[in-house]
Amino acid sequence: MTKFTAFESRLVPFPIDNLDTDQIIPARFLKTISKEGLGDQLFYDWRYDADGKPKPDFILNMPDAKTSKILLAGDNFGCGSSREHAPWALLQYGFRAVISTSFADIFRGNSLKNSLLPIVVPHDVHAELFRDPNITVKVDLAAQTLTLSGGRTVQFPVDAFSKHCLVEGIDELGYILQQAPAIASFEAAHPALINTAA
Amino acid sequence: MKPRTIIEKIWDNHIVSERPGAPALLYIDLHLVHEVTSPQAFDGLRARGLKVRRPDLTIATTDHSTPTTPRSFPIIDKVAAAQVARLEASCKEFGIRCFGLSSEQQGIVHVIGPELGLTQPGMTVVCGDSHTATHGAFGALAFGIGTTEVEHVLATQCLLQNRSKTYEVRVDGALKPGITAKDIILSLIARIGIGGGTGCVFEYCGSAIRALSMEERMTVCNMSIEAGARAGLVAPDDTTYQYVCGREYAPEGAAWDAAVAGWRKLPTDDGAQFDKSIQIDAAALEPMITFGTNPGMGIPITAMVPNPGDITDPLERDSLAKALRYMDLAPGKPLLGHPVDVVFIGSCTNSRISDLRNAAKILKGRKVHSGVRVMVVPGSMQVKAQAQAEGLDQIFRDAGADWREAGCSMCIAMNGDQLQPGEYSVSTSNRNFEGRQGKGGRTFLASPLTAAASAITGVVTDVRTLLP
Repeated sequence: MTKFTAFESRLVPFPIDNLDTDQIIPARFLKTISKEGLGDQLFYDWRYDADGKPKPDFILNMPDAKTSKILLAGDNFGCGSSREHAPWALLQYGFRAVISTSFADIFRGNSLKNSLLPIVVPHDVHAELFRDPNITVKVDLAAQTLTLSGGRTVQFPVDAFSKHCLVEGIDELGYILQQAPAIASFEAAHPALINTAA
Repeated sequence: MKPRTIIEKIWDNHIVSERPGAPALLYIDLHLVHEVTSPQAFDGLRARGLKVRRPDLTIATTDHSTPTTPRSFPIIDKVAAAQVARLEASCKEFGIRCFGLSSEQQGIVHVIGPELGLTQPGMTVVCGDSHTATHGAFGALAFGIGTTEVEHVLATQCLLQNRSKTYEVRVDGALKPGITAKDIILSLIARIGIGGGTGCVFEYCGSAIRALSMEERMTVCNMSIEAGARAGLVAPDDTTYQYVCGREYAPEGAAWDAAVAGWRKLPTDDGAQFDKSIQIDAAALEPMITFGTNPGMGIPITAMVPNPGDITDPLERDSLAKALRYMDLAPGKPLLGHPVDVVFIGSCTNSRISDLRNAAKILKGRKVHSGVRVMVVPGSMQVKAQAQAEGLDQIFRDAGADWREAGCSMCIAMNGDQLQPGEYSVSTSNRNFEGRQGKGGRTFLASPLTAAASAITGVVTDVRTLLP
């Protein structure tokens, strides 16, 4: 996994609460067996017209959006299904972080495992960002800070382990595999109640 | 010892290791796999040269992109066909039992786990699907995971997890006729909102929950995620043990007795503290229905569609206004009497035999309203066989409904079953997000009773007007 480094970017404002994963990527695109090619399907039903042509007034189709790395989203972003295709699609579009006041649990976990950083900010900062989304902000995960225009910094929370994995580029599966002896001892002490192979 | 909730007990029983600065490593007792969220995980195993650590604790089936047309038909959608074929091939390669399309045990993953006796009290259960909380009905800690985590569980049978908060949902009192488990959960979600349970695991308790059958408890637990909770469970009791006993993968003989003795220790201790709690009066509930574009936008069926003008928070007001635009509904008007194009009875929420019996009770001897397309989709091939043995299929067919093969069907619109743009459905499924049942489709979520009643009248209907 590549290391998550600090970056600066403008914001793509998307002021809608409770944006669910069915909007982020509709279920019909989940028939793929690949992780690739999902960026064009991001927000598909909002982004394209009935003929599949990009709607020019949709925020993600505007020229500035394509060079922005941060989605500024409404409350409870990513609610709904467990599809990891949602963070994959956001990443493939070009986002590296999403700022909101809260995230749905599964989406947040899936994002962290793919180096898409969910940044939770207080409501006043959130409102301030929406008032002036044209500013450039700096995201520094190591310092857990968001630097706003004028140099003001806002701290954001992230669990220590996820941060460590992202900043150091550590793969979680490798970490779990190292604990194989502990897993084997647990299994020896806890016989299974089922056997699907039988 | 400090009194603990059932949630904490199951958690503590599954800790493999806890290192400072890292989440707990939690052992997983049952891993359910389906075609949509697993192919990239199997690819990850191949890329690393890993095996599946415990194929004996893993079970696969095909449900999401699986058509509900007769099994003798080929899958017309080539992309879906390739995905289903890939699941079967991966299971063969990694030694996982798969109840594929030709199996008599195929079905929606959350229907077959309990039906086969795989889901048992005290277990940790995961699946790459957010409705995994369904299995919480058995007093299991069951939650949905992403594809990366599916790979972790395949490879190690473990997951790195942070402890959730505990949330007591106490439902006391007796449900009135026509009110069901679906109305309990829709009412909870309407009260606390779709983010109300974020970061939490629900324990559903109280006399109304105790009085529910296992299938009804599954309906309640199923939609925990719709309130933002990753999991929701009901402590096991004799209802639970009676359901599990004798099922294919359930323990037998002395092993059964030992298992039950252990399960009896699971319920929350007297004096255990929850981080949050809420009380619901079951006797005060009415049939619930959603009017908007998330499951929290629900009202008693006799109520009026809310008015955005009454909401002060600007984002909330906009989101309600946007939902009403999408649904093409007027604020302040009743939903009762609103025309319906499609009725869908099925999904991991409401496709079990008792759901079908409820629907049949209303449809028996009646005809579906002309112009309404009614789909009844059993949750599994076993549910289908049972329904046919009881003659329910004939009741549905005689009424003019379509009786189909098992699968997720119109709940997720990725298998050929879907709404056309602008169509309204009354659906027993779990999500009413924009486009969830087909691009441009509009969903009213409700119970099988309400769905069946609306099928007959062709409009949103209070089932209590049709009860004997």
